[in-house]
Amino acid sequence: MSKIKKRILEEKLFKLLSLVFFVTVAMLFIFMLGVIFVKGVKGLNLETLTQAPKCGYYSGALGGGILNAILGSLYLSVAATILAGLISIPVVLYLNVYLRKDSKFATFIRFSFDVLWGVPSIVYGAFGFMVMIFLHARASLLAGIIVIAFLELPIISRVADGILKMVPKELKEISLSLGATQWQTAIRVVLKQAFPGILTALLIGFGRGVGDAAAVMFTAGYTDSLPSSLLRPVATLPLAIFFQLGTPFPELQQKGYTSALILMLVILFISILSRSLTKVFQKNLLR
Amino acid sequence: MLKRTEDNFTRNSMFILSILVSSLVVIIGLGLFLKSRFILEQVSFKELFFLIKWQPQAGSFGFKPFILGTIWVTLVAITFAVPASIFSAIYLSEYASAKFRNSLKPVLDLLAGISPVIFGVFGVLAIVPFVGNYVLPFAIKFLHFIPLLDTSNFTGFSIFTAGIVLAMMIFPIITQVAEEVIRNTPQEMRDSLLALGATRWEVVKCIVFKKAGAGIIAAIILGLSRAFGETIAVLMVVGNVVQLPKSVLDAGYTLPALIANNYGEMMSIPLYDSALMLAALILLLVTVAFNILAWGILLRIERQYV
Repeated sequence: MSKIKKRILEEKLFKLLSLVFFVTVAMLFIFMLGVIFVKGVKGLNLETLTQAPKCGYYSGALGGGILNAILGSLYLSVAATILAGLISIPVVLYLNVYLRKDSKFATFIRFSFDVLWGVPSIVYGAFGFMVMIFLHARASLLAGIIVIAFLELPIISRVADGILKMVPKELKEISLSLGATQWQTAIRVVLKQAFPGILTALLIGFGRGVGDAAAVMFTAGYTDSLPSSLLRPVATLPLAIFFQLGTPFPELQQKGYTSALILMLVILFISILSRSLTKVFQKNLLR
Repeated sequence: MLKRTEDNFTRNSMFILSILVSSLVVIIGLGLFLKSRFILEQVSFKELFFLIKWQPQAGSFGFKPFILGTIWVTLVAITFAVPASIFSAIYLSEYASAKFRNSLKPVLDLLAGISPVIFGVFGVLAIVPFVGNYVLPFAIKFLHFIPLLDTSNFTGFSIFTAGIVLAMMIFPIITQVAEEVIRNTPQEMRDSLLALGATRWEVVKCIVFKKAGAGIIAAIILGLSRAFGETIAVLMVVGNVVQLPKSVLDAGYTLPALIANNYGEMMSIPLYDSALMLAALILLLVTVAFNILAWGILLRIERQYV
């Protein structure tokens, strides 16, 4: 009897323990989102969203907004996502349409994507900076786009690969048996079927790219003016947050909090959008 | 005929593209090595990794404070994150309803996608004051006899703070992977054990830990690797003081933070750029090794069940 009691006690104890851990972490994350929201919403107004900083961020006049960082992040991440998509989608199509399922080469490519995914963004940044020194290039929007594209590459590829694996292989076989080439099958059948899923992959890559600071720090630089040219430095939201929080001026720190809220809302929006696109993909998928 | 030419052309270009993408890690590693070669030739191995003097102007580059700082921060993060995420994964897979579990998965995805800089902001706003106002005075007053908790640091910017922020960052990653490997253990085994009168926790102990143990370790390694290379969130809260950490409440300095803080001036001092590229190379090698390890484990598990 006492043994049973002991077992029941142990069960209750560990059930409680796992619940406590789970609830604690959940509360912590809710608290985090709450803190970011409450702190950021104070500085949220039209001026912040629609104007560039009036003066350098270290000088006395603190007017203006963060449009430079919003636009900079938008241009940089959109272009980087397109570039990364142009590289990774053909590779992923190659893995799933051209190669056999048990292909050693495909396993090797997937392995290298996983390894690339694990490379810290600061390493991408440092490597990009090194190449820029070698080419005597300055920090610019273009350099930032290329580095962020490489950062997003493994993420987009892994997610898109998972999506394409779900496309039924009968579909491919039917297309091939009707006389279509593998290229036609890849583009007109597989890619068409998986299109919403591919968009999800691109969105997830975009979300990662828009939030990264360490890789753009060296390569895209920072500026108070609006982005004007591919060869000029450009401000990004994460770096704006980082620099503004590092200043001693409360007004600028407030701008940093507001930028953090905007960045969080962007990531939240992308997450919800990609979620609903995945649903569309799963619903449309022929089985 | 044209169709076939098109097919061959696309096939070959896709093949070349795949080769290029998969050699990217090697290219990055080789580039960093070529650049860090200079410092490896001119400064002895012993000075680089075992001496603590970091004065680039005087030509001394001792990485020890940064390497130890990185390891300490990572260890603190893992200490907090592992129990929290493993128990959460067990809760989700064994105790929670399927409906709740499925509705929580996108939330975990979202949390894994939150920008590191936002974790940094939260660290500065909440965890730094918490550590500075409560943890630090408490530790100095009551726990100073424990060497690991004794400190002369008087701000909340510390290794401990960075560890908490990192633990939050890697929590979704470890939980996601761990939950997946736990769910992949055969349901029949659980059912038969439950039918024999075992409690849920006994199922976890006897089946989940045994069958999914390796996968859980892989999940932890993935979190470890993410924590090791994280830059901006750590940089914002760790204090950035070059010293050998003696206590978790001391301020510290990590390898990624070293690179991020000094890239601006590295061109003006000889060997400085080479030293920073060596730091990047160390980060690359360690994270690649971690990832290969985790990948090997997960692949073996996948083969077992498919």
